[in-house]
Amino acid sequence: MAGEVLDVVAEDIVRPENLVYRRPSALLDVDMHYCPGCGHSTVHKIFMEVVEEMGIQHDIIGVAPVGCSVFAYNYMDIDMQQAAHGRACAVATGIKRMLPDKFVFTYQGDGDLAAIGGNETLHAANRGENFLVIFINNAIYGMTSGQMAPTTIDGMVTTTSPYGRDPKTMGYPLKFGDLIAPLPGVAYVTRQAVNTVQNVRRAKKALQRALEYQKQGLGFCLVEIVSNCPSNWKMTPVESNKYVQNVLIPFYPLGDIKVPEVKK
Amino acid sequence: MAKVVGEVIIDIERCKGCELCIQACPEQTLALGKAINHKGYQYVVKVNDNCTGCVNCAIICPDAVITVYRKSLKPKQEVAV
Repeated sequence: MAGEVLDVVAEDIVRPENLVYRRPSALLDVDMHYCPGCGHSTVHKIFMEVVEEMGIQHDIIGVAPVGCSVFAYNYMDIDMQQAAHGRACAVATGIKRMLPDKFVFTYQGDGDLAAIGGNETLHAANRGENFLVIFINNAIYGMTSGQMAPTTIDGMVTTTSPYGRDPKTMGYPLKFGDLIAPLPGVAYVTRQAVNTVQNVRRAKKALQRALEYQKQGLGFCLVEIVSNCPSNWKMTPVESNKYVQNVLIPFYPLGDIKVPEVKK
Repeated sequence: MAKVVGEVIIDIERCKGCELCIQACPEQTLALGKAINHKGYQYVVKVNDNCTGCVNCAIICPDAVITVYRKSLKPKQEVAV
């Protein structure tokens, strides 16, 4: 019975009026270099969906970092600038100050933002620069083959902490979102993930809210996205997403850390 | 009750076979095929017609290779068939 119904409609389903999901047009029609299952590509995709839905493709300027997402400008069909390692927030400050009407964002990993660029990011936040920082936190240095990052959690095995991170000698993991949230210049800090369908939807909403806050000129916005790194965690993509759920999210709880008081 | 049917179109040359969509699909419509694409990855294929067009696979897909169509069938049409 059900089969009969489907046989009749099968050729009728694939029609433009029935389209419910397609690749966002703001994402260039090229292959991404990321490993299978990488959270970076998911974030590229949802952010380009947000850009497309808000109709700001010609009014947004991005700053690409150094790290796995160094080629972000090859995938996003928007104006982009490449910054030196860790200096994306400094570059974005200049762009936003010269072009205050444009949306400006930086896209950085944890090695770029929290380690070498900690200073730039902290001071941009403290100055209350009015741009968005997308912070991909996968608790490891992905591009350089999996060394310990400031965000690596206790006991996590990396190539430079083969017996697991020991806070006594290697320091404690850095929760960058919580660190900058108390600063008065910071408008919006949230932590999201892209390991499940539900979390991807929430992350997309958070990115959209951050751009709306930027439009209102509320100040510095940080959207931290807890992501995976299947290659350097030596897991399959499915296992890595479970690891995010079971190990990383308990340490980096998801949700809004700071929201602006003036909400409209 | 209206029946909802969906159809997924997979860009097999861009699929990296990460299997996240297979996990996300509530209807077990997707599975990893045995053939490989030009990059050498096994790619995901549709294995049954249970798709309801819920777009879970497309949302979780990191490489945006899945296009989803969804059509709602009115009860009248179902009876007619």
